[in-house]
Amino acid sequence: MIWPSFLVNALLAGTAIAAAAGLVGYFVVLRAQVFTGDALSHVAFTGALAALALGVDERFGLFAATIGVGVALGALGGRGRADDVVIGSVFAWILGLGVFFLTLYTTTNSAGNGNAGVNVLFGSIFGLNRSEAVTAVVVAAVIAAGMVTIARPLLFASIDNAVAAARGIPVRMLGYVFLALVGAAAAEASQAVGALLLLGLLAAPAGTAQRLTTRPYSALLISAGLAVGEMWAGLALSYTVPALPPSFAILAVATGGYALALLSTRRRRSATRSVEASGLSSKVNH
Amino acid sequence: MIFAASPSWNPIIDLQEMWSFPFMVNAFRAGTIVAVLAGVMGWFMVLRRQSFAGHTLSLIGFPGAAGAVLIGVAASYGYFAFCLAGALVIAALPRAGPGGYSEESAVTGTVQSFALACGFLFVALYKGFLNGINALLFGNFLGISTGQVTLLGVVAALSLAALAVIGRPLAFASIDPDVATARNVPVRALSVAFLVLLGAATAEASQITGTLLVFALLVMPAATAQALTARPGRALALTVTIGLLVTWLGLSVAYYTPFPVGFFVTSFAFAGYVAAQGVRHTRSRWRAGTTEVSPTPTWTAP
Repeated sequence: MIWPSFLVNALLAGTAIAAAAGLVGYFVVLRAQVFTGDALSHVAFTGALAALALGVDERFGLFAATIGVGVALGALGGRGRADDVVIGSVFAWILGLGVFFLTLYTTTNSAGNGNAGVNVLFGSIFGLNRSEAVTAVVVAAVIAAGMVTIARPLLFASIDNAVAAARGIPVRMLGYVFLALVGAAAAEASQAVGALLLLGLLAAPAGTAQRLTTRPYSALLISAGLAVGEMWAGLALSYTVPALPPSFAILAVATGGYALALLSTRRRRSATRSVEASGLSSKVNH
Repeated sequence: MIFAASPSWNPIIDLQEMWSFPFMVNAFRAGTIVAVLAGVMGWFMVLRRQSFAGHTLSLIGFPGAAGAVLIGVAASYGYFAFCLAGALVIAALPRAGPGGYSEESAVTGTVQSFALACGFLFVALYKGFLNGINALLFGNFLGISTGQVTLLGVVAALSLAALAVIGRPLAFASIDPDVATARNVPVRALSVAFLVLLGAATAEASQITGTLLVFALLVMPAATAQALTARPGRALALTVTIGLLVTWLGLSVAYYTPFPVGFFVTSFAFAGYVAAQGVRHTRSRWRAGTTEVSPTPTWTAP
């Protein structure tokens, strides 16, 4: 069977993006920074539309906006973790700004793509061409490599910030590097499922993985693996049932997986943190 | 806007001109109702640090409205049905302790994205609705009927009355849940009641600002007010005032420009917030020297 090229491109980009999102997402959930991911999703929308309105490559605006704002949020909130109300206020305004650019783009380019806003918000993974897919793969590989490099100290800093700092780990710096990686992953994910839905790609596989195991490194791998699997299943579903948009299908599979994990595992959340913390600090002692 | 009138810069003449159109009168009425309700609810929301829940509720309105349009019902019913149901679901979820926060937010984040994805599915299934998607997401104040204004008013009055009844114990339970529990304040029941009211307020406001911008009206006036004053009564009054000013200004400016009302409302609100933060910083530097006094409770990491 010969696969149409749009499907090959989507699978290529989707696999890489999902793996990066799964790795980054695990730490986003562990560090309770889902709200930051949420804010970035809105920033992605505005960045992409600003680039379109100014006539620049959409992806340039996407990455510049998410990485910039990710780092800025860390600086605003102090200690590398931003505060709810600050994030809330910033992203509400950023979205407003996005609407402004959307109007600017659609009114000045009457011949332009009227669905640009919808595509940015909800993704158009089946619309990627080969070079876009290859770029997405390269960027995803860089993100994944960065994540693997900082995984160990970041894990320590996420679980016990004070002890990590006392042991000479550059906690603040790590926080910034991590937020920059989250920003890049958000920009990647919004090419696959759209700016509004990228949070699901970050949070759902990671949440599922945390449910399935208490060991951090296994959870990290499971999170990435699940994200890739859910991406494949979603793309296949959307390809076989054309009425379902791909981003909906991917999110539906991911949400279904999480729901299953929540239902099938017993509640053990209180134990999780203490086990992780003691296991890690004893490892570091040796 | 379809037509771009130019202002005469005489406020009375400009107001008369704007209000000669029934849709602008309705927009101002609806905007006023929504600003007051969202301001009061937002004040409690910021106090209770439930902005994430408020945000989720506002997003849930989108599939509600899109679904309602898909089955041929007015979008208002969709907003209310989904936001209220969403509030009950959030309330039913076990309230996480300090250790469980990360999982709670993962669930909330997933549910949010899934809700938006469902909204997108409904829009995709309802063909020829792609232009309406922007109105649902970013608001539309052109098509508000008098009947809708009445519905908004009734719901707002009921919500505010309910909030007036539970306001005092709710504030107590929000500031110090442990002491409140010890004094036999029904903390859990209050939390459920508040979420339901927040759902209703969100459903209301979404119809004017759109599901993506409703959060601006909920969080920004409250955050601005709480940065300016630490006294609850004053902060509440200030919240409502800021909300009203921002909405009226936003509507007026949007009337004279081709850009959507949501952009102006959020921009004015954000400018106010930034200014308030500036005032707070200079004030605390004057007063205390090096250490910064923060009147708003900031969220601390678990």
